[in-house]
Amino acid sequence: MWVFKLILRNAGRHKLRTWLTIVGLAVAVIAFIVIRTLVSSFYYSAEILPPDRLVTSNAVSFTMDLPMSYKTKIESVPGVNSVAYGTWFGGLYNNDRNNFFANFAVGPDSTYLNAYPEFIIPPDQKEAYLKEKNSALAGQQLVNRFGWKIGDVIRLTGQIYPGDWEFVLRAIYKGDKPGVDETAMMFRYDYFDDHLRETTPGMAGGVGWYIVKINDPSRSAAIAADIDALFKNSTAETLTQTEKLFTLNFLEQMSIIIRGMRILSYLIIGIILLVLANTMAMSARERLSEYAMLKTLGFRPFHLMGLVLGESLFIAALGGIVGLVLTIPINSLVARALMGYFNMIGADILTISLAIIFVLAVGIIAAIFPVYRAVKISIVDGLRNVG
Amino acid sequence: MPETLVKVNNVSKSYSRDSLEIPVLENINLDIAEGDFLALMGPSGSGKTTLLNLIAGIDKPSRGEIVIGDIVVNSLSESALAGWRANNIGFVFQFYNLMPVLTAYENVELPLLLTKLSKKERRKHVDLALSIVGLEDRMHHYPRQLSGGQEQRVAIARALVTDPTLILADEPTGDLDKVSAEEIMGLLSQLNSEYKKTIIMVTHDPRAADKAASERHLDKGELV
Repeated sequence: MWVFKLILRNAGRHKLRTWLTIVGLAVAVIAFIVIRTLVSSFYYSAEILPPDRLVTSNAVSFTMDLPMSYKTKIESVPGVNSVAYGTWFGGLYNNDRNNFFANFAVGPDSTYLNAYPEFIIPPDQKEAYLKEKNSALAGQQLVNRFGWKIGDVIRLTGQIYPGDWEFVLRAIYKGDKPGVDETAMMFRYDYFDDHLRETTPGMAGGVGWYIVKINDPSRSAAIAADIDALFKNSTAETLTQTEKLFTLNFLEQMSIIIRGMRILSYLIIGIILLVLANTMAMSARERLSEYAMLKTLGFRPFHLMGLVLGESLFIAALGGIVGLVLTIPINSLVARALMGYFNMIGADILTISLAIIFVLAVGIIAAIFPVYRAVKISIVDGLRNVG
Repeated sequence: MPETLVKVNNVSKSYSRDSLEIPVLENINLDIAEGDFLALMGPSGSGKTTLLNLIAGIDKPSRGEIVIGDIVVNSLSESALAGWRANNIGFVFQFYNLMPVLTAYENVELPLLLTKLSKKERRKHVDLALSIVGLEDRMHHYPRQLSGGQEQRVAIARALVTDPTLILADEPTGDLDKVSAEEIMGLLSQLNSEYKKTIIMVTHDPRAADKAASERHLDKGELV
């Protein structure tokens, strides 16, 4: 009991220094959790994709089109339930690069929407979207980002397909669970393709990818092989894979950034380790004569170890708790700031557990040198030391 | 005839600095009787604090032996020494060496935390020690709220709270004004005369030494 009392009072000796260390630890914990949550969010949208959806794209490159004629051929493969299609448009809203969001043309009937049951669309809006050729469907977060409402005209400037394109927002979708991407806009392929045939006929008629719904996810590999076999040795060979794998491969393009963020999160832990180690080393140096006095009274090395380690763990734990508590509002602030650009999920258990483990590890590691000094210093040398 | 409590037999002590061997004490022989109040005097660097540290078991002689009671102190392991010190030695430092984050009461209680005494028993011992040094009314004060003389009295209370065999005081008046120094010396004399405590005090203040029952002088590491 007296050890805890002494630990608490020792921690409170230099209040400013202790609080600055605690704030530093808290900031590090927040940064660690937010950065790792951003990284997890990148992958989460892929992780929750259902296993019964395959994506067929051009085997050479995702950016190369496939013929529209492939649709009926893919539909004929045993195990395939339905085939929808889409083409990346890549237009800029109001021709401003800062307004980037995913936008693409999708098959005009309900096949595409039916393939994505996780998109919740009010029935009247869905009906309106399917009825009008120039209609658009946008995710709730994207709508919130630009303050759109149903009936608004959205003007996109094509970066691949030239010209200014106008769409009327007819439907807004929400995800049926957290993590479903609500930052994309879709519009009807027939409107897109007709426009191309009038303006740049050479670019018309292509499909970026096919979304293939299958009836048995356990046969996804075999069905994918069957689909790709159909187009073997053709001018546009295909690569079929689960949508999850397709998305992960797509994210792989950003792997350097993601890896960099991961490294940064560990660097933060390293920096805060140095901050706490410095605080503890300063404290131990100032108290060498007290440790010597305690040894003179008969206190043993394990008593001193308990005092120094306990203080380090106490400061680290306090910083960790403050950080964890503040992470909740800060994470949602970041999520709100990124809304429309990026679908950020909440911090997961693994990340929080890692933060707790790292904080405790930092508390222990930061105490190693001060404990060693306190235990090893001779009484005579310690008494000579004036804090 | 009182029994000998401390026997210093042929003790030498030297320190190594770089490749140099610096002798501090040379072949010291000293017997201190139980109940004595000995003042060890000498100029700075004469080795008196080193001798006190050797007797306290916080340093080890290079040669010779130190026997207290029937224990050869320098043959004890570090761990055994810690336990022996806790039970047998009360140490009074020149700069008091109180824990600044603990009250006078808590500072005096410190050595008792190593015993099996209950909280109530500890309280009894601490109250008695503080009453002997006349600081019952300052028990909840922190060291920074006390004068130098009061801090040293707390340190003396801490030294005697375990009822040790031997009280060792290293320049107990060295950091005090004249009035406080006289109070502290009066207190040590009282501990010796009334409570029969054996005290070894290092000092270079002749007025402090006058209060002791006996004096020995050290010069250049030798008893003169």
